[in-house]
Amino acid sequence: MDFGRISRRHLLQGGAALTLGAAAGLRPAFAAETTIGFIYVGSRDDYGYNQAHAQGAAALKKLPGLKVIEEEKVPETDAVEKTMESMINLDGATLLFPTSFGYYNPHMIKMATKYPKLRFEHCGGLWSEKDPKNAGSYFGYIDEAQYIAGIVAGYTSKSGKLGFVAAKPIPQVLRNINAFTLGAKLANPKATTQVIFTGDWSMPVKEAEATNSLIDQGVDVLTCHVDGPKTMVENAARRGAFVTGYHVNQSPLAPKAYLTGAEWNWEALYPKFVKMLAAGESIPNFYRGGLKEELVKVSPYGEAVSEQARKHADEIKAKFLGDGYTIFKGPIKDNKGNTVITAGTERGQKDPELEKMDYLVEGVIGATS
Amino acid sequence: MTTEAADPVDAAAIAPAADAGFLQRWGTEIEYILIPGAALVAALVLFGIFVALFGKNPLDLYWYMYYGAFGTWFSWQNTLTRAAPLILTALCTALPAQLGMVIIGGEGALLIGALAATSAALALQGMPPLVVQIAMVVAGMAGGGLWILLSGALRQYRGVNETISSLLLVYIALAILNHLVEGVMRDPASLNKPSTREIGAANMIGSIPGTDVHWGLVFGLIVAVAAYVLIYHTTFGFAARVAGGNIRAAKIVGLSVGRLILTVCFLAGACAGLAGMVEVAAVQGRTNANLAVGYGFTGILVAFLARQNPLAIIPVAILLGGINASGGLLQRRLGLPDASVLVLQGIIFISVLASDALYGRIGFLKGKS
Repeated sequence: MDFGRISRRHLLQGGAALTLGAAAGLRPAFAAETTIGFIYVGSRDDYGYNQAHAQGAAALKKLPGLKVIEEEKVPETDAVEKTMESMINLDGATLLFPTSFGYYNPHMIKMATKYPKLRFEHCGGLWSEKDPKNAGSYFGYIDEAQYIAGIVAGYTSKSGKLGFVAAKPIPQVLRNINAFTLGAKLANPKATTQVIFTGDWSMPVKEAEATNSLIDQGVDVLTCHVDGPKTMVENAARRGAFVTGYHVNQSPLAPKAYLTGAEWNWEALYPKFVKMLAAGESIPNFYRGGLKEELVKVSPYGEAVSEQARKHADEIKAKFLGDGYTIFKGPIKDNKGNTVITAGTERGQKDPELEKMDYLVEGVIGATS
Repeated sequence: MTTEAADPVDAAAIAPAADAGFLQRWGTEIEYILIPGAALVAALVLFGIFVALFGKNPLDLYWYMYYGAFGTWFSWQNTLTRAAPLILTALCTALPAQLGMVIIGGEGALLIGALAATSAALALQGMPPLVVQIAMVVAGMAGGGLWILLSGALRQYRGVNETISSLLLVYIALAILNHLVEGVMRDPASLNKPSTREIGAANMIGSIPGTDVHWGLVFGLIVAVAAYVLIYHTTFGFAARVAGGNIRAAKIVGLSVGRLILTVCFLAGACAGLAGMVEVAAVQGRTNANLAVGYGFTGILVAFLARQNPLAIIPVAILLGGINASGGLLQRRLGLPDASVLVLQGIIFISVLASDALYGRIGFLKGKS
């Protein structure tokens, strides 16, 4: 009966472990405060997309009466549905921020339908009338900040050749490349932007290769639109090129090479959302804005930025913050010579046509497919 | 008291004899449960020490792992949902292992299976849902099967190592998927997340009634049991195991080893292809890059932990599903990084592999003592 004895002993030990565990588990009690869940697709210290959201979450942690819970590296599958449900069922979250684009449909929509009393806020999605009312999507017109960065880059570049390391030729990315290039052309009408698409959001090896290859071709100011700009920023700085950042301020990575950058301003937006809810107001389901609405911001200028560049960039920034300014103002041609926005047409930020952008403007070297 | 004391010799004489008989008959089976179980406990202890080094209480850790994976009905559903694809992708490694082949390309077969299933659904729009679903199953299994068949054929006719070829085929599968999804199969409305068109809500296979767990779990259970019967209770399975044990002997007794290799590879790929079909028909509703989240690679781990036994794959997949399900809670409650779950998986993998050395060496299980 050796086996029986072992089994009994194991059972007892197991039981003891469980009891201990249960006692331990009771200690972190559920507090009677609002719990907000943040879900990131990558790691929250990536110096990029996810860190920008984590900074927003950190701003909420400072507010009293809020409990912020976070989970990183959650894939865009049913795993994110389960993460949301886990935050709801096990942590009592009532407001959720699934921050990656691919979380929206079908995953967040499914959860918002299942939990109609809770609030779901998604970054980047296009909320429409057929979607649940307790779901919302917010996004910033970060091309405004890219436009300012383009002006600074145009003044700083000696060769007139700018580089752009991009993930995929999708509308959001193309809009940034185009805005950056149009900004640079304000400073230097002959400036060109060479773009390289890496094919995915996080491809550090390809991003490093693209950075090196751009610099080899004479590019001396680079920017990017990938999830983690760290690779591009560090490699470019090592090669003696200048960079403008994206998502968050990357100047700690390359203090000398960092000119400025297009940053998200989630640390301003998220507390605003929470205050709206606390005051009993509802957050608009479709929430958009740019520099003026404090959804995006421009990094402080680096020491290498000339007086002339600062002056021009500040001037345009003041227009964005004031009466408004249109980046996509006709006539604009694409880099194949076709007119994409006719003379006299102004495509303001909220123009739905811009959400479908599928071209690269004149001055961009590269192709969308 | 008196009776026991009166005849101690008798009791001693009978008990060990009964023990020895019991252990001689069941010793091997007990080993198969006891050794991996002990390895698992050892891994958990090691992980507890690892976590303690970060200043966290290991008892909290164990409690949260239990709570997040099996502690509530929700946790169970979370675990089973995550286990479902792993059962099928593990079979993609476990079946060829009977022939002594190491196939690690289940991820590729999953992607191709998903693409094939989506294509079938899109081609049959308007047909009754049951017809579409059956077509998706057939297409998914055929697609995945043919993909791994390629590795088998390369091995059989060209002597290419199947481990390397199946791994490299994963990258080719991903490239094909991205190419089609961003090209001819792209839904023009999927602006910032290139995807195929949706297969339609009516064609989704949905969840098991009363739960949130999709039908993929049932598919996995059926296929795993079928695979067990095939391998251990048919002449085909016997032939495969003979060929796996000694290929020359198999050839001498007249087994068609080539046909065995090709058939088994096809079946293996079909399992992973079915997993891809389920991801489309139960979770995503369409094909896009979100499908490549590593289910195929985790499946390899499951197959090895289950010692390539199709039935053992089921509890192992549930265990790993549970570890993944509780990973979020560890991040949220203990502030552990996401990678800690990977560390635990790695420790389990190593300790189970190392425990292989113990088989047949535990004296008391042989009834020797």
